[in-house]
Amino acid sequence: MAVPHFLTGPEELEVSGAKIIASLKIGSFTLNFTETIVLEWIVIAVILGLAAFLTRGLRVKAVSKRQVIAEMAVEAITNLVRDTMGARWLWFTPYVATVFCFSIFGSLISLLGLKAVTSDFSVLLTWAAVTFVIITATKIKYGGIGGYLKGFADPIPVMLPINILSEVATPTAMALRHFGNIAGGGIIMALVYYGLANVSRMIGLDVPIFTVGIPAVLSLYFDLFSDFMQAFIFIMLMMVFISNAGPADDAAEGTS
Amino acid sequence: MDMSEAIVLCGSAVGAGLAMIAGIGPGIGEGYAVGKACEAIARQPEASGAVTRTMFVGCAVAESTGIYGLIIALLLIFLKPFT
Repeated sequence: MAVPHFLTGPEELEVSGAKIIASLKIGSFTLNFTETIVLEWIVIAVILGLAAFLTRGLRVKAVSKRQVIAEMAVEAITNLVRDTMGARWLWFTPYVATVFCFSIFGSLISLLGLKAVTSDFSVLLTWAAVTFVIITATKIKYGGIGGYLKGFADPIPVMLPINILSEVATPTAMALRHFGNIAGGGIIMALVYYGLANVSRMIGLDVPIFTVGIPAVLSLYFDLFSDFMQAFIFIMLMMVFISNAGPADDAAEGTS
Repeated sequence: MDMSEAIVLCGSAVGAGLAMIAGIGPGIGEGYAVGKACEAIARQPEASGAVTRTMFVGCAVAESTGIYGLIIALLLIFLKPFT
C-alpha cells in the first residue's frame, strides 16, 4: 500500500533562512518580501484580535471573566515595569507589553509548524535597533547632546573606542541572544524529527511512528519554555538598559 | 566532490565542533549563578521574586558567549560560507 507523501516524514534535512515570496527591483537595489513579513502580519492580526476580544465591553462593576484576564495581564506588566524601571517610566508600559506579546506570539507560531518569526535575524535586529534609538534619545534627553558625547570619553578619553564598542554591542548582543536561542531550538527540533523519521525507516516502517509523541517532550522546552524565557529576558534587558540611560534616582522626576 | 571542497567541508565541520567549546563558560557561570541564587532564597525566602528575576537576567547575559559559539557553529554547518 502506498503511503501518502505527507505521512512519510522528512526525507532530507533542510535548514534555510526565510523564503523569498516576491522581490522588487529598484535600480540596483532589491527589496525582498519574505515569508517572515507575511507571518508577522498574521501575528499582528492575532494580537489585535485578542486585544479587541479581551477589552470588549469593559465595565467597572460585575466584570466578566474576559475582563479579569485582561486586567491581570495589564497589572502584571505594569508591576514589572514599576519594579524594574521605577514609577517615572510607567508611560513606557505599552511599548514593553507590545514587544513582549509580539515576541511570544512570533515564537509560538512555530508550534503550528510555521517558521518562527523570531528565528529571522532581521526581525530581532529591528527590535534591537529601536531599543538603541530609545537608549540614545534618553541619554540626550537627560544629559543634553554635549553630555551624551562626553559620556563616550568617560572616565578617561583613552576609553573612547571601548565605549563606542560597548554602545554598539548592547543591541547586537540582545538581538543575537534571542535569535540564537529560537533559531537553535528550531534546528535542534528539525534534527530530532529527521533522526526519528530515519530510525523508523531503518526498521522498515513506512509511517514514522517514532515522531509521534517523543518530540513533544523536547518541544516543551525548546518551543514553550525557551520562547517565554527569551521574550521575558528581551524586555527585561530592554527595560534595564533604557532606565540605566537616564539618571539613577528619581530626582529628575519633577523637572521632566 | 573534488579534494579542495572536501577539505573545506571537513574543516567547517571540525570548526563547528570546536566553536561549541564556547558552551563550557556559560555552563559553569550559569550553574554558579543559580547556586548563589538558591543560597540567597534559602536565606531570605521573602526576596525570592527579585532574586529569581535578577538571576534570569544575569543568566541571559552570561549565556551570550555560548550563543555566539552556537551561531558560528550553525553558520559553518548550514550556510557553508567557505565553499
